[in-house]
Amino acid sequence: MKTFIKKLGIIFTVLTLIVGLTACQKTSDTKGSSIDAIKERGKVIIGVFGDKPPFGYVDENGDSVGYDVYLAHQIAKDLLGDENKVEFVILEAANRIEYLKSNKVDIVLANFTVTEERKQEVDFAEAYMKVALGIVAPDGSQITSVDDLKGKKLIVNKGTTAELFFTENYPDVELISYEQNTETFQALVDGRGDALAHDNTLLFAWAYENAGFKIVEGNLGSQDAIAPAVSKGNTELLNWLNDEIKTLTADGFFEKAYDQELRSHFSPDTNPDDVIFR
Amino acid sequence: MQSLGPKVIIDNLPLLLDGLGNTLLIAFISMIISIATGFLFGILRTSKNKLLKLITDIYLEAFRIVPIMVWLFIMYFFVPRALGISVSGEFAAITIFVMWGTAEMGDIVRGALESLPKSQLEAGLSVGLSRSQLFIYIQLPQAIKRIVPGAISLSTRMIKTTSLVVLIGVIDIIKRGQQVIERTKEAFWIYGFLFVVFFIICYPLSISSKKLEEKWAN
Repeated sequence: MKTFIKKLGIIFTVLTLIVGLTACQKTSDTKGSSIDAIKERGKVIIGVFGDKPPFGYVDENGDSVGYDVYLAHQIAKDLLGDENKVEFVILEAANRIEYLKSNKVDIVLANFTVTEERKQEVDFAEAYMKVALGIVAPDGSQITSVDDLKGKKLIVNKGTTAELFFTENYPDVELISYEQNTETFQALVDGRGDALAHDNTLLFAWAYENAGFKIVEGNLGSQDAIAPAVSKGNTELLNWLNDEIKTLTADGFFEKAYDQELRSHFSPDTNPDDVIFR
Repeated sequence: MQSLGPKVIIDNLPLLLDGLGNTLLIAFISMIISIATGFLFGILRTSKNKLLKLITDIYLEAFRIVPIMVWLFIMYFFVPRALGISVSGEFAAITIFVMWGTAEMGDIVRGALESLPKSQLEAGLSVGLSRSQLFIYIQLPQAIKRIVPGAISLSTRMIKTTSLVVLIGVIDIIKRGQQVIERTKEAFWIYGFLFVVFFIICYPLSISSKKLEEKWAN
């Protein structure tokens, strides 16, 4: 029994050492798959969201669909000649950067907002969508633009860009803030405020699903860009994507993508120019 | 939007079952391996060797202190990057769950072995049993009764912890549920379904643990 324990101990120690030593070995940093490597593989691996309709979500058959996915198929078509030569990997907001850094995906198309912090970690291509702030109000409301909000109660989410924007730029608007998204929207439905400010795309979708509310402003505050991302240093793929997005924009592809994937999810009074470049 | 009601579950059943498959695959494979490796680890932990004790203590604490989510990230993103290899999400998940299960199961086994009265070992030795005979005929049968409840509670914990594997790209039943909810806005029916599924899987485990305890108490 004693010798058995000793042997077990040795085996465990050796295993730990092997794992520990090999884990320390540093292999050369790969900069992501080159275009040739993707072509050789015969499919491009693209990370998308699985639970963010209408941008990236999963239909009843388990297939990825949405605006981001629509673009992903086009990229596969232009890169490999077949729109189905794409493998989708479902990402979460929290692991998008890691997937790129460890080269588990070639491109991330998951509603990825360009920020200074993220630029340190990944490379962003040309934007294919924009996001800004919006305001919704009940249908019969007197509020028709942001200037009518003076002295009125505006509902926002705590810690969001909307709260920050109004605190800084419109100090005479009375802000009512809530922690959770659901609380915030419920507050507007219950009439606890005159209007609500949030990310515009979220509001377009919400106003569509909730009759009796209209979009008052669709493009407010500083505009953020949503862009495809590749591993840091993968210049070849980045340049290809930049050309691709420029060509697609010029060809009116994003208008088509908007009509196909977004229009039916957004409130009819949504202005497409608040969402896409054309 | 018109509510689909319970029909949403039927419409999306293949998707939900696909997620359930991943959940069960990871939980059950991990648990089966962990029972074996946990036994060995538990025997190691009863050793009087100070160095061995220290190593096994550090190993156990590493899994108790560091969140499983961090371990999953290490195994899926950092280890393969450092080694220049690639591993699947399922492989990384099972590896971490087995390492965690080994640690926890080992501690359960150690507790059970050490709880046996010393006089039994001395009695066994005095009738001429070897150390391994002592283990097989005296320690093991009694220890198992004390191991089963802990092992079953570890299984249910593992099944529930599988919801973390979505962060390394393995789509489990909870993530599938969320995907359906986001598309259909039918949170009530989907969460209700998840509740029932987890109950059906975990409740028999709890019951059988209780039954075994009762049976062995006599």
